[in-house]
Amino acid sequence: MEDSTLVEIKNLTVWYRVYGGLLRVLDGVNLSVARGQKVGIVGETGCGKTTTVKAILRILPKNAVVPEGTIMFQGRNVLKMRGRELQELRGQGIAMVFQDPTAALNPVFTIGQQIMEVIKYARPGGKAKEWREMAVRALKEAALPDPERLMENYPFQLSGGMRQRVCIAMALATARTLLIADEPTTNLDVTIQDQVLRLVRRLVEEKGTSLILITHSLGVAREMTDLVYVMYAGTMVEVAQTDELFDNPLHPYTLGLLQSIPKLTGGGVTQGIAGRIPDYANPPPGCRFAPRCDQAMPICSERKPALFDAGGGHQVACWRFAAGGEAVA
Amino acid sequence: MGLGRFMVRRLALSLLVLAGLSILIFLIARVVPGDPARLALGPRAPEWAVQSLREEMNLDKPLHVQYYLWLRGLLRGDLGKSLLTRRPVMDDIKEFLPATCEIVLFSALVMAVGGILLGVLSASYPNSWFDNVVRVVAYLGIVTPSFVWAVIFVLIFGYIWPILPVIGRLEMTVEAPPVFTGFLLLDSLIFGKYEAFWDGLRHLILPSVALALGGMAQAARITRSSLMENMGKDYALAQVAYGIPWRVTLGKYLLKPSLIPTVSVMALDIAALFANAFLVELVFNYPGISGYGIRAMLNKDVNAISGVIMVMGVIFTGVNIIVDLVVAYLDPRVRLVGGSQSG
Amino acid sequence: MADSAKWRERLGRAWYKFSRNRLSVVGLVLVVGIILLALLAPVVVPYPEHAGAFVDYANANLPPSRTYLFGTDVFGRDIFSRTIFAFRGALIMAIGVLVTVVPLGSFLGLVAGYFKGTRLEAFIMRITDVFLALPPLILALAICAMLRPTLFNSMMAVCVSWWPWYTRLVYGMARSVRSEFYVLAAEVAGASKAHILFREILPNCMAPIFTKMALDVGWVILVGAGLSFVGLGEQPPTPALGTMVSDGAKYLPHLWWNSVFPAIAIMVMVLSFNLLGDGIRDMLAREEA
Repeated sequence: MEDSTLVEIKNLTVWYRVYGGLLRVLDGVNLSVARGQKVGIVGETGCGKTTTVKAILRILPKNAVVPEGTIMFQGRNVLKMRGRELQELRGQGIAMVFQDPTAALNPVFTIGQQIMEVIKYARPGGKAKEWREMAVRALKEAALPDPERLMENYPFQLSGGMRQRVCIAMALATARTLLIADEPTTNLDVTIQDQVLRLVRRLVEEKGTSLILITHSLGVAREMTDLVYVMYAGTMVEVAQTDELFDNPLHPYTLGLLQSIPKLTGGGVTQGIAGRIPDYANPPPGCRFAPRCDQAMPICSERKPALFDAGGGHQVACWRFAAGGEAVA
Repeated sequence: MGLGRFMVRRLALSLLVLAGLSILIFLIARVVPGDPARLALGPRAPEWAVQSLREEMNLDKPLHVQYYLWLRGLLRGDLGKSLLTRRPVMDDIKEFLPATCEIVLFSALVMAVGGILLGVLSASYPNSWFDNVVRVVAYLGIVTPSFVWAVIFVLIFGYIWPILPVIGRLEMTVEAPPVFTGFLLLDSLIFGKYEAFWDGLRHLILPSVALALGGMAQAARITRSSLMENMGKDYALAQVAYGIPWRVTLGKYLLKPSLIPTVSVMALDIAALFANAFLVELVFNYPGISGYGIRAMLNKDVNAISGVIMVMGVIFTGVNIIVDLVVAYLDPRVRLVGGSQSG
Repeated sequence: MADSAKWRERLGRAWYKFSRNRLSVVGLVLVVGIILLALLAPVVVPYPEHAGAFVDYANANLPPSRTYLFGTDVFGRDIFSRTIFAFRGALIMAIGVLVTVVPLGSFLGLVAGYFKGTRLEAFIMRITDVFLALPPLILALAICAMLRPTLFNSMMAVCVSWWPWYTRLVYGMARSVRSEFYVLAAEVAGASKAHILFREILPNCMAPIFTKMALDVGWVILVGAGLSFVGLGEQPPTPALGTMVSDGAKYLPHLWWNSVFPAIAIMVMVLSFNLLGDGIRDMLAREEA
């Protein structure tokens, strides 16, 4: 087990300093990714998915503080890394694809210049010609037409889908052990989304790269991942193998999410979940989902539930499952 | 092809603006004062003299004919006679303009290099003592009019600690080179008068620094703030996330887009240099176009005023075109799509 | 009740954003001080009569001392008193110019932006371009030169060279706001043009206009000082900061106080309004994510 674990996040807590005090965004997040595994993080907008992965790369905004927690990557604590080590982590260990490909590409440099720069620092000591070849190959791998010509293009000359492919090519131009994709298809047309997701899956499977895929779509998670973390308001509320999660969802929030998917096969309007994500400045003291939960018990608003084991690696942070898998009435 | 069409459009627009400017200046010089001839000669001049000047300036003809005649002269390089120096305005301008251009070019250089350098350093170490010093000094630089700097410089470097000359363009004792380009430094080099070159340079330093400080501070501030803004963009984050060292990201990938606003504003700053040269040349008794222009203004020398202003408009329009070219070079969106509306 | 609490919350947030930079607060204090000094000049100044054509050769050319804080000029007038009185002209100039220029320039920009693609837009914007083809100071100098030099005339001259900046600013914003859905919705609903211009588009342009105004107070004072520096502003014996600097510069270095103190006064004035303007900009800026 020890060897196969690539990323291990324990009790990660992140706060943002803002007007009027602190936003307690992440509240003791646990997450682990094995080598070659495809992990999904699912949750509503604003639940802390992006904050979690930005913490892994240490690219949180300046007003963020990390009072507690560890992030182990290949046995080393990312939060304690400095200078060179950190750069190696970013250049050779982990790559990230951002949500908005338009913002993630520099508008005044050509695609070629940008990819080659990434390669240059991921594989120090090479020659410009090799970098160029690698860049062209990466673009070709990302199923982009006419890569040679593309090298000379500027981002604004490409469509959104092509830009995201370029970003993926940039992330995977050199060997990486982990790819983080932060809602890579949210800003794309529906017809393109599927192609881009397939591309990501094909590339990580071919290269044996681990994947953390952030999405708010359960369908995408089911399609793409082996293991799913369900996140709510800065906490992980449920973890399970993908099939297990969809067959046997336990947490009331997960149930709510599943019920809010519109089905093509009739059924009409979906139920959705009443209420909104809580205020991070004054989060509920117990379970953060308690105020919206239709099965809440008195203890829920008093104490925070830990992740309870529900068998077979299925874990859920809900007091109803405190006694080891059996619902407590 | 994109850049070519962009330039053609830009030039056409400039010609239109210059045509409009000629009307504006004509209105200011001929219509605003009521009777320019009386204004020029003063209230005590005899009527016959005013009358003959009116005829000389075509003031007895209808307004549109006056404009036509004035514009025709303008296009032929004939700006009329100065009422003060009694010479053709064009000759006066030819004599005085190079000196001003020399000062303005020199201070534009100081402004651009100094401003961008300070801005980048300041943004590289945000909130360090260096950053704070630069910000405070930049503030002082921006809020202090150049003529105040000029007075302060004259006081400090001219009298308290006299290390640099504060009057004119060249010492009386130094042999001047023959006038060829009109640019003293250039002429001195061409004719091998190194002593004149050195002395001319020394005379140039204080006025051009006094002129440059405001724009330099402005450039430093804009560079700093646009760099800081771009630092927060996703692509900066992405480059960090891909393992590109911060100094490369900053010095190359963030600097280029960040210079776009700096350079765009530079057109205005250079215009401000010409405008402020009007005041600074006065303090340093520097024989440039601006001093000439001010004297014309104080003496209501209508022809000279409109000539000088028109020349300023032409220069400013030219500077704008150059700046647009630089922006087009920096920003492929402008270059390849062909003209974003500046705003 | 709830309403006043909401207002207090809003004010609190605005003050937080404004005062986050302590220099903005310094600017506010300085500006209030300058305005009070200018208003109360006849009361607070030691020698109010020196602000006019006063002559006292016995006390001419005295260096700064306890009786004459900034020294006296060649006519024996107290430079401190004259400097404070000169604040009045500078402030009147700034207020007069902005009160004229902001509504006029903004209105033209609003109209040009709303009617984009029409001849009206082209007409307004090409004229704006012509006025922008000269640096404001030079244009103002030229107009001043043609008029009798008075405070009012120099104000007019600055107005003529200043309005296009507001036109261009508002034009850019109005153009983009114009195609927002709420504007289109109002059009579809049959709202009048006046309603769309002033109720839908203008409110969205207010923050940048106010920011620019706050900063422009300082710049107008500076241009005004430039005009009086060359002798095309307020005429003696009424004190003007620019005139005092240029007159004093003739007596450098021996009678340095003649020009140095008015020069510092200009710096302090422009600095104060700039600091305040930056604070207002911070206050009106949208909170970043």
